[in-house]
Amino acid sequence: MQIPRDAPRPVGAPVGAPAGATAGSGPDASVVLRARGVTKAFVGHTVLADVDLDLRAGQVHGLVGENGAGKSTLMKILAGVHTADAGTVELDGRPVTFHHPLQAQQAGISTVFQEFNLLPERTVAENVWLGREPRRRGLVDVERMNRDTAALLDDLGVTGLRPQQRVRTLSVAEQQVVEIAKAVSFDARIIAMDEPTAALADHEVGLLYAIIRGLTARGVAILYVSHRLKEIFDLCDTITVLKDGQQVTTRPAGELDDAELVRLMVGREMSAFFPAPAAGTAPGEVLLELRSAGNGYVDGVDLTLRAGEIVGIAGLQGSGRTELLEGIFGVHPFTRGELAVAGRTVRVRSPRAAVRAGLALVTEDRKATGLALDLSILDNALGAVRAAFPGRTGAARREIPGLLSNLEVAARALDQEVQFLSGGNQQKVVLARWLATRPRVVLMDEPTRGIDVGAKHAIYELMRVLAAEGVAVLMVSSELPEVIGMADRILVMRDGVVAGELPPGSTEETVLSVATGTSSSRTAEPEAER
Amino acid sequence: MSGTARPGLAGRTGTLTSTGIVLAVLAGAVVVGTILTGIEGRNFFSTGNLRDILTATSVLGFIAIGQTLVVLGGSLDLSVPFVASLTGVVAGGVMAGESGRVVPGVLVGIALAALIGLVNGLVVSILKVHGFIATLGMGLVISGYIASTYQGNHGSAPRSFRTIGISFLGPVPVSTLIMLGCALLAIVLLRRTRLGHHLYAVGGNPEVARLSGVRTAVPVIAAHVLCSVLAGFAGLLLLARLSVGNPTIGSQGQYDLMSIAAVVLGGTVLAGGKGNVTGTLAGVAIFAVMDNVMAVMETDPFLRNVVRGVVIVAAVAVYSRRSIGRRPARFERPGVLDAALQEAK
Repeated sequence: MQIPRDAPRPVGAPVGAPAGATAGSGPDASVVLRARGVTKAFVGHTVLADVDLDLRAGQVHGLVGENGAGKSTLMKILAGVHTADAGTVELDGRPVTFHHPLQAQQAGISTVFQEFNLLPERTVAENVWLGREPRRRGLVDVERMNRDTAALLDDLGVTGLRPQQRVRTLSVAEQQVVEIAKAVSFDARIIAMDEPTAALADHEVGLLYAIIRGLTARGVAILYVSHRLKEIFDLCDTITVLKDGQQVTTRPAGELDDAELVRLMVGREMSAFFPAPAAGTAPGEVLLELRSAGNGYVDGVDLTLRAGEIVGIAGLQGSGRTELLEGIFGVHPFTRGELAVAGRTVRVRSPRAAVRAGLALVTEDRKATGLALDLSILDNALGAVRAAFPGRTGAARREIPGLLSNLEVAARALDQEVQFLSGGNQQKVVLARWLATRPRVVLMDEPTRGIDVGAKHAIYELMRVLAAEGVAVLMVSSELPEVIGMADRILVMRDGVVAGELPPGSTEETVLSVATGTSSSRTAEPEAER
Repeated sequence: MSGTARPGLAGRTGTLTSTGIVLAVLAGAVVVGTILTGIEGRNFFSTGNLRDILTATSVLGFIAIGQTLVVLGGSLDLSVPFVASLTGVVAGGVMAGESGRVVPGVLVGIALAALIGLVNGLVVSILKVHGFIATLGMGLVISGYIASTYQGNHGSAPRSFRTIGISFLGPVPVSTLIMLGCALLAIVLLRRTRLGHHLYAVGGNPEVARLSGVRTAVPVIAAHVLCSVLAGFAGLLLLARLSVGNPTIGSQGQYDLMSIAAVVLGGTVLAGGKGNVTGTLAGVAIFAVMDNVMAVMETDPFLRNVVRGVVIVAAVAVYSRRSIGRRPARFERPGVLDAALQEAK
């Protein structure tokens, strides 16, 4: 019912009339949302102090800051999840207060949250219209629901997604599209996106860009939160920087650059974003060797990893990157080929065997598979040692505090539950847990996903330190700059096999062309994976 | 390059839905039953035998349909056998053998069952007590009340009411038809009403449902009320068959665990959010066929439970293996267990 399906608007074609089409930034005419002095405290701790925000029709407003800076809180206040303690929010000049997300959505403010708010066992259409299922004669009109969803997806310029598909069968990027479709289906004039690309591979980001440009072209105002500065500069017209709940600045994107933005976010210069290898780090003995290894998901993988090396694995979502790490680590053990750790052939049939052989795996989803969220920092950090080397628990317990402070984990006490830590600090606890086992080879799957710039930098530095100490690091990442900036060699995977090996300093274009199997990389194409 | 990838067994079984598997198992059970019954020199498809099997599906069928709704919503109902017993004795008491009092008897029984379901639903959704505990407690309360109030059989069903339990349409008992009618309504509820859609949503992820504007308590309460009412129907059917209200008939039937077993056998996920009534009906039918065949073969009654137990665990083992492989394997045949399971089918 709310879908603008009567007037098919080609995505990307600018709409002539609507209010927001004032190019540039004509001061106030196009402001659809005006927030003034927004303040919020949780149990006496101020997380947002006196923040102003103007969102303009047809423009993308970037919101950046380290984790804990207050970005999520601000978004949640606009979305009706939280209510502000002080300050006003005006929508088209009328003050509004929301007590439930639905009120915000009905007023035209939709939010795409970082965690997917989808039901995997339900279809795309059922997810989009949940709570607002169209009815005819009292019964849910499934046909209309599917039709409307198809129109909605069409409108976003998405092809290859069927409304009847179960969300479980979709790729992460496609699920993101469903989230956005749901947001748009409310006739949203303001869409807030919290880290929409956190789980996307680089080429999938192109699809998101296209969708966002289509939305702004028809006058939707976008509030865009991301840790990826490249995206902020690619997309945003205006940027607001938050730090510790305070508004540092709001400026047109054109007046800022990478270095300046990072300085504003962290409050200090970040010497070089990707630290250089420590002096004297050189490849040593072979620590991990695969010879035509394969399981159900990857095949014929040959790999030699030496002490002191950082090897990056790039590839599209679903190309078998994670599955390769899981094969090495015994999650989905290899059924073919050989695996040798430090020259000794081992059969890694389980993660336990892998840990005992000197391997460590930092998994891609720290909340689901990396941490026991309601256990303490100490118990999490001790978890691996306790399970695999019980005899060393005592020694490890004495090391952990030092390890955590080396990693600069910001926490009140060791017995604090990890669920209350920020993403970056949680990731550091995961790393501490593995370092406590004294691994020879560290496998990292998306080690910096969803964490702030400062914590990212700390993790890069840690990788360099590990390499200098003679540990071998194998890192999977969807962020190409990260792979290119950190890796000594880059393996590119495609369709479950290693499609190529590239030297350090390769361009993003080269990596992408190997990953997609084309000579020319085209990023704005929706992924057709099925 | 990877063009040699074989589709693999998992790839093919992966396209079969859980309901598809249950129906296949049911078909297999019928084939095996036909053969075993034939060896005993009897005809599996004789009218008498079909009547026996279908009759055996109706009581558990009512309860399992209700249980499906509750489980889909992420809850459980362990009080169903006691609700069935209570409905039977109370309705039997009201009827007291007089045809004129059938309607009040039925109404009182069902109203009582609905009330119990309402309390269950409120405790689960408002007090946030997990269904397992809430209904375990409710079951204890009811069983205590029944034991202290009714010593031995109570009440009596008049002849007119008893005919429900003994009339047939061809080989199909009328009680089974009523049960199938309820199943049809439940299917429409789940597929074509907002309540049904929201029940799946709340069972799948209550927070997602809440953020989408679903009032999360409503579907859960409704599912508990419907489940209790259906257990009440089962109690009335038992009253019609026995002609007296038996205060322990529900617990003798082990309807709490058997209904959950049928639901799970039917492919509904115990955690909620996924499943359907068709699968549950197939699960109930599988139990009925198994019991029938073992009765015909005159096997030790205790062996029946052994077989039931093995079937339930085996079924869930198959389902969970399916969900472990998140994506179909790209390169190879699945493990030996899959192959063995495939052979077994």
